[in-house]
Amino acid sequence: MLYITGLKEGIVLDHIKAGMAMKIYRYMNLDKLDTEVAIIKNVRSSKMGRKDIIKIEGGLDRIDLDVLGYLDHAITVNIIRDDKIVEKRSLKLPRKITNVIHCKNPRCITSIEQELPHVFVLSDEEHEIYRCAYCEETYGTKVK
Amino acid sequence: MRHLISPLDFTTEEIDHILDLAADIERRPERYAHRCDGKVLATLFYEPSTRTRLSFESAMLHLGGQVLGFASADSSSAAKGESVSDTIRMISCYADIAAMRHPKEGAAMVASLHASIPVINGGDGGHQHPTQTLTDLHTIRSIKGHFSGLTVGFCGDLKFGRTVHSLINALSRYPDMKFILISPKELRIPDYLRENVLEKKGIPYEEVTSLDNALPKLDILYMTRVQKERFFSEDEYLRLRDLYILTREKMSLAGPDCIVMHPLPRVNEISVEVDDDPRAVYFRQVNYGKFARMALILFLLGLEEPGDLPESL
Repeated sequence: MLYITGLKEGIVLDHIKAGMAMKIYRYMNLDKLDTEVAIIKNVRSSKMGRKDIIKIEGGLDRIDLDVLGYLDHAITVNIIRDDKIVEKRSLKLPRKITNVIHCKNPRCITSIEQELPHVFVLSDEEHEIYRCAYCEETYGTKVK
Repeated sequence: MRHLISPLDFTTEEIDHILDLAADIERRPERYAHRCDGKVLATLFYEPSTRTRLSFESAMLHLGGQVLGFASADSSSAAKGESVSDTIRMISCYADIAAMRHPKEGAAMVASLHASIPVINGGDGGHQHPTQTLTDLHTIRSIKGHFSGLTVGFCGDLKFGRTVHSLINALSRYPDMKFILISPKELRIPDYLRENVLEKKGIPYEEVTSLDNALPKLDILYMTRVQKERFFSEDEYLRLRDLYILTREKMSLAGPDCIVMHPLPRVNEISVEVDDDPRAVYFRQVNYGKFARMALILFLLGLEEPGDLPESL
């Protein structure tokens, strides 16, 4: 059994699909944080078989829930204070995401104007399809 | 402030209102001849265009206004690397309204976000061309008298043909429409149009490859050019461009009231011998386009006056 020290105050991202924690880490820019971040892979789970978990020291302002919701809205966000889970937040697909994914359509205006933010709007919630706000090119959610 | 970036930016009521206005301008041009006195239209054309740019300029001149602008990216600051958003901020100081064509998709939308004047999308790559849609709608309503219950065939390049995408989107908002989509497999309509418009709204449509089989069923045949500039591969363009050519012989398969439309320019997809057929309306379309753009300019500039639309319309 592997022991990871508990969090006094922080966030636990639970129910991450096994093998996806590193992608979440990169997309969420967690490498930029100066607080403790623990990635726990392939944890046994009664619901999922195996799952990944990320523990982040510090307040909720350290992560963008919209980005996380886009990456995988099945993830549970546990908020820890004084070593206890004080809140569990479920995620949903955000209506709009900015500068999380980039439009790959070579005909899109974003391909030549570098300063434009890459904005995607949720166009089909059931199939988790986003569209570039400029050229309407479609993108699915990335880490499923 | 309103812009026209996508054909769906306006409600069907607003579209009907603009088409009513276009019909009134056509009937009583003298009433509108000085409505835009002192107003300036900027035509920002980053991509070669004869028809659309001249149509906008003619529309503004017939309303008494003036025009300025550029006709290619080479003759604008874009050649120096200026962004669309910077250009439109500058143009907003010189003009009251702008019409813009750009080879990149979404360019007009970017312009509208930074403009302090109304922006009209005159075509953004293979994406949208809403004033051609207004032109097409005005043509259909002027000739057919209504939009409902029509079977419309689109033929040729349905993948990159922005006029097709825009018109399908716009016609899909009217009841009892049916579409027959005639194209090679490589140039079929994009998935988003099939899934998000046709299937979502339950609109009957067929995707076929034979023009001959489709012709007898059509109220309207909308021909398109296979556009060389949309292809990255010359070989693929050459392979696909001659698949559909409408000839007098083929026209004998169409019904007596089936009209033939084309956004122009045509290359070889409609034989010149068809031009004399009274069902060929593509040159009349150009005239309808001028009136539709005149109405659009008045609508966006808020220059309509009481009495513009008599009760009889």
